[in-house]
Amino acid sequence: MISIINYNAGNIKSIQNMLKRIGVKSMICSSAEEIEQADKLILPGVGHYDHGMKNLHQSGLIEILNKKVREDKTPLLGICLGAQLLGNKSEEGIEKGLGWIDMDVIKFDKKKLSSSLKIPHMSWNEIKINKPSALLEGLNNDSRFYFVHSYHMQPNDKTDILTTTNYGYNFTSAIEKDNIYGVQFHPEKSHKFGMQLLTNFSNI
Amino acid sequence: MRRIRVIPVLTLQNEKLVKTIRFKNPNYIGDPINAVKIFNEKEVDEIVILDITATKEKRQPNYKKIEEIAEEAFMPFAYGGGITSLNQIEHLFKLGIEKVVINSALATNLNLLREASNIFGSQSIVASVDVKKNWLGKQTAYTNSKSEKINLPLFEYVKKLEENGAGELFINSIDLDGTYLGYDNVLIKSISELVDIPIIACGGASKITDFYEVMQHGASAVAAGSLFVYQGAQKGILINYPTQEKLAEEVYKKL
Repeated sequence: MISIINYNAGNIKSIQNMLKRIGVKSMICSSAEEIEQADKLILPGVGHYDHGMKNLHQSGLIEILNKKVREDKTPLLGICLGAQLLGNKSEEGIEKGLGWIDMDVIKFDKKKLSSSLKIPHMSWNEIKINKPSALLEGLNNDSRFYFVHSYHMQPNDKTDILTTTNYGYNFTSAIEKDNIYGVQFHPEKSHKFGMQLLTNFSNI
Repeated sequence: MRRIRVIPVLTLQNEKLVKTIRFKNPNYIGDPINAVKIFNEKEVDEIVILDITATKEKRQPNYKKIEEIAEEAFMPFAYGGGITSLNQIEHLFKLGIEKVVINSALATNLNLLREASNIFGSQSIVASVDVKKNWLGKQTAYTNSKSEKINLPLFEYVKKLEENGAGELFINSIDLDGTYLGYDNVLIKSISELVDIPIIACGGASKITDFYEVMQHGASAVAAGSLFVYQGAQKGILINYPTQEKLAEEVYKKL
């Protein structure tokens, strides 16, 4: 059973549809009680960084999430904005992030992109695996995922980098530290590659 | 390897999948859910589904059908047709789609674009422009399935769409729709020189090399209808999509 955190800032239905397709049970959690019982968590997220953090604060779920993720070591997967929120801060806004991963979120450096590479980075792209991980079982450097983002993660501790992706330059496309995972791309919209990744997460 | 998005466009008349030629003569293709299931197996990059009679019939989007399609769409899914309000857009996103395509409403309400972009993020808002030549060859934007003309000159209009928060422009050539005559490369080039946002080129695709050509003229993504629902000179109905190997060989590796 995977618990999807509902804080009104994510495309929950797509994630649910994909989990259903791969035969993984899921529930949508909006209360501390529900999250307390979770044995695996997904933090979705679409939209502006500050909007996401404000909604998380308003949801009143941050305290229980801190306990689950930091003390109970419950596996958590952040997707897109949900991955970015795991860090310290973002150039997109002024709100502080969850601070579970020592990283900042920065805007794509337009100077390093040729004029044909637009921002947002909106396309399918490949991952380059930086370290072995249960999350990437059965996936390789040819695996491709769907990306939509203008900002990207930049971990201060390079050992937290799980995959990189090239868009004008190499940026961090997934991170892993202990029980915390974050992917910039959308596994729920990435065909068999996303199915594999979400199946792996359900087996962790 | 740089990839571009190669997008099948499915046109619906309410619940039925059809394909037009120059926006006329809709030919019945089949059931949209079946088509999406096949496109899943073919691992398409993205899918655009347009309900081409919603505005004409003053209908709401067919939420039930859209939800059913979304349940089977494991690729990004953009929906257009009959969208006139923020409430509708919010409802559509809750059904599990990624993007909305807005066209006719923009003729009278550019605010919708601005507000939708602010609330949902511009990456999820596609402004669609149907372009048609008059007898002098001058190109103008049309709405409501080519029945109404946009008064602004075409290039001013697309610039306005960008300024008002469109995340992408879906540029569809009415004259080339269903004709297999190739994309309107000249049009795409002119628009791409005016705007910074990604352009999805649509209308006229006949083969994979057309994708490469229109990319060279400034498109960020390519879309096609007939090419992905018909096969051969007899236009037998066959949902199809090029393999990744073929796309890499004939398009991506050349970019």
